[in-house]
Amino acid sequence: MLRKLFKFHGGVKPQTNKTQSTTEPIASVPLPDRLVIPLHQAVGGHPRPLVQPGDHVLKGQRIGGADGNLSSAVHASTSGIVRDVAQAVMPHTSGLTTLSVIIEPDGEDRWCELEKVNYRSTPPDELRDFLRDAGVVGLGGAVFPSYAKLKPGKEGKLKTLVINGAECEPFITCDDMLMRERASDMLKGIVAMRYMLQAEEVLIGIEDNKPEAVASVQAAIKASGETGIEAVAIPTRYPAGGAKQLIRVLTGIEVPHGRRSTDFGVQCFNVGTAYSIFEALEHGRPLISRLVTVAGNVTAPRNYEVLIGTPMDHLVRLAGPRPDTDRYIMGGPMMGVRMPGFDVPVVKATNCVLVGSAAMFPAPPPEMPCIRCGECAKACPANLAPFEMYWFSRSKNFGKAQEYHLFDCIECGCCSFVCPSHIPLVDYFRFSKSEIWSREREKESADGARDRFEFKNFRQEREKQEKAEKLAAKAAATREKVATEGAGAPAAADGEAAPKPKPSGDDAKRALIEAAMEKARQQKAQVAPKNTDHLAPDVAADIAAIDARRNAAPAKSADTPDA
Amino acid sequence: MNNSPFVRKPASVQRVMLQVLLALVPGIAAYVWFFGAGILVQLAIASAAALAGEAAMLAIRGKPKALFLTDLSAIVTAWLIALTFPPIAPWWLTVTGTLLAVVVVKQLYGGLGQNPFNPAMAAFCLMIVAYPALMSQWPAAGQLDFKTQLDLIFGGLRQVDAITGATPLDALRTALRSAASPDSQLHGLRTNQLMDGPAFGLLGGKGSEWIALGYLLGGLWLIKQRIITWHIPAAFCGALFATALLLWGMRPDAFASPLFHLASGGAMLGAFFILTDPVSGATTPRGKLLFAAGAAIFTYVIRSFGAFPDGVAFATLLMNILVPLIDMKTQAPVFGHKKD
Repeated sequence: MLRKLFKFHGGVKPQTNKTQSTTEPIASVPLPDRLVIPLHQAVGGHPRPLVQPGDHVLKGQRIGGADGNLSSAVHASTSGIVRDVAQAVMPHTSGLTTLSVIIEPDGEDRWCELEKVNYRSTPPDELRDFLRDAGVVGLGGAVFPSYAKLKPGKEGKLKTLVINGAECEPFITCDDMLMRERASDMLKGIVAMRYMLQAEEVLIGIEDNKPEAVASVQAAIKASGETGIEAVAIPTRYPAGGAKQLIRVLTGIEVPHGRRSTDFGVQCFNVGTAYSIFEALEHGRPLISRLVTVAGNVTAPRNYEVLIGTPMDHLVRLAGPRPDTDRYIMGGPMMGVRMPGFDVPVVKATNCVLVGSAAMFPAPPPEMPCIRCGECAKACPANLAPFEMYWFSRSKNFGKAQEYHLFDCIECGCCSFVCPSHIPLVDYFRFSKSEIWSREREKESADGARDRFEFKNFRQEREKQEKAEKLAAKAAATREKVATEGAGAPAAADGEAAPKPKPSGDDAKRALIEAAMEKARQQKAQVAPKNTDHLAPDVAADIAAIDARRNAAPAKSADTPDA
Repeated sequence: MNNSPFVRKPASVQRVMLQVLLALVPGIAAYVWFFGAGILVQLAIASAAALAGEAAMLAIRGKPKALFLTDLSAIVTAWLIALTFPPIAPWWLTVTGTLLAVVVVKQLYGGLGQNPFNPAMAAFCLMIVAYPALMSQWPAAGQLDFKTQLDLIFGGLRQVDAITGATPLDALRTALRSAASPDSQLHGLRTNQLMDGPAFGLLGGKGSEWIALGYLLGGLWLIKQRIITWHIPAAFCGALFATALLLWGMRPDAFASPLFHLASGGAMLGAFFILTDPVSGATTPRGKLLFAAGAAIFTYVIRSFGAFPDGVAFATLLMNILVPLIDMKTQAPVFGHKKD
């Protein structure tokens, strides 16, 4: 059963450091004193808070409702009291805050009533809504709402469903342990996904440095009796676990930037996502916990089943952080992000809390000039020329950087990893991308302002024109009136106007004008002071006195209308 | 505050340059074996001049000295100058050439990584134009003892015409031109007969062909160490061989053999150490092939039809000019944008 595998360009082989955290089975974590559950944990719209401070919530109860086209619900990870719905620091380098639900556990860990679904008898649309409300998102790190990806392309079916168990980032082993310990449940999730996507075949890609996981998944496939599902060991080379790279390795298809993989008959999910889909469908349990690797500068690296919202320091304490610990990194050493503090919560995107120290992850040596050695281009899995993009990013020549396909960069870090001049290339590309985005936003808002300005000019012009037309009509009417009155004929009957030697078009115009004039006269007659209709007699008397004074004034205008 | 990646390969510019220097050692060893220890003196002079020039320029430009003096890039330039200049060149010639390379061609253009031209080759071209005679006097293998070499380098002793000759490339070209002329006593002689003199060895110049072999070995090691890729050496050797074969095949009496071209002059040094300079060379795989093949053709043309003893230096500069264009036009298609 040898499958033809494909290669992707570049890649690197950092020290994997995976064996340390796989010696012990997955462990559970004691309930923390409080859980901080950010409402916005997935790509897409911000979920609305559904609870208020003081509410009692049950485990699995929805506390954030999916909002908008692309959004995913959030749930209480345990039962307890909502202490606050407030801004809290999110697990992101920026240190920015986000609206979070803070729950004080009551220690009972009592589930709410769970609703199960039989995926085979439920229409796919309802299944998708169910998974959205169960908060299932991609657990590989991208946290893209899974329901949105569980749609086959235009053809209504898919050639290949790729399941990502590659786990190429050093230190991280949560997918490895999941496959070792929960392969058969994960497989049930995969079968449901295959059903929803109408996929012909399923390929589970696992890097060959995880032979136990490969064997476990293969055994589970055999035991399940399912056909068309294959666990494939792929060469260990970072970033083989990038969705596009894995699709390339397993199917030979290259999905370009900005295109949907379903257009090419492929879709890709993480193994952890498959497991949480199983949990949601089979047990009705929403995504309230995930596997997290704690590794790095700790005495006992290990994987834990962690409730979403658990403060990271509460979790890390279990693994025994060494005293020189100075940072937590969420994710691996290649793409992970440094946390702004130690008490930030574990979220759905947290596959690993990498504990670090200055000795373990020393600052890079001083940056040297680029010598164009091309190591970065050799290492780039997207076939880019990072040193050229670096040049243009550095000189803020963003147009040229885009010509060199800046936005095809997946920020995997291979270029920075190999650079002999220690240039933080990825940082330059992140900078360029964000500059381009902000410029586009600026341009959009400037375009909007210009559109508004132009419309205002147009509107003013139009109003002017309309006013001029009205005035012209009025003038014509006045002329007409003067003409008729000047002829000495009594303006009694309309019938007398008819015999005038004028074309019918003019008659119509005249009739129109006269009608308008009549209307205006009526309106004028109708106009009555509104807020002076019902006045107290003394006020009315005052007004009368004022009017009398005004009328008596010597500078009174002759044509002052007075009824 | 640094961002991901938090781990890095233990690579540095210094390490790259050090490996290039190490790769030059077999060639230098052969040089010393056949031509004496004078070359070591030249290497030392050039290195000292390069470091002094670099330090002065870094001070003027306000750049960190320790960081850039220890990156070894100036030493690589210095060694290439020493190895391409005649081993008996007077010390001031070596010093001037090295200073030109480091101060003008490298530092005035912005220092490490910024020079559009290969500093060593630019210096070589400037010096051979300025001092054609001094730059063309080469001793034969084993001809001069160390003391004489020192005298030639440091002393005023300059009656070198009597004791030195041209390079084998120059000699054979002159001989071939003479052989083509009916008035010459060499008229009608074949290439292998012309190469029957003491200056020639098995394939190229006596002794110098072994140096070329040393460069080849060092260069192959550089490929193995992934400091350079195969593209430039392969394309350069391939194109030089093919061009020489074409003309030699048509007129073996008028042109040197392809193997002679590969084994002589700066061919091996150029293929593995000079054209592979990443700063001034092409960077894309296809670009490297074009760049090196172009350099080979220019080298051949200058060698066979020009007036200078070798063509590698001028060919390198000519191709350096074309690098931006070559790179721009040979960008590899990126992931997902390949034409199937």
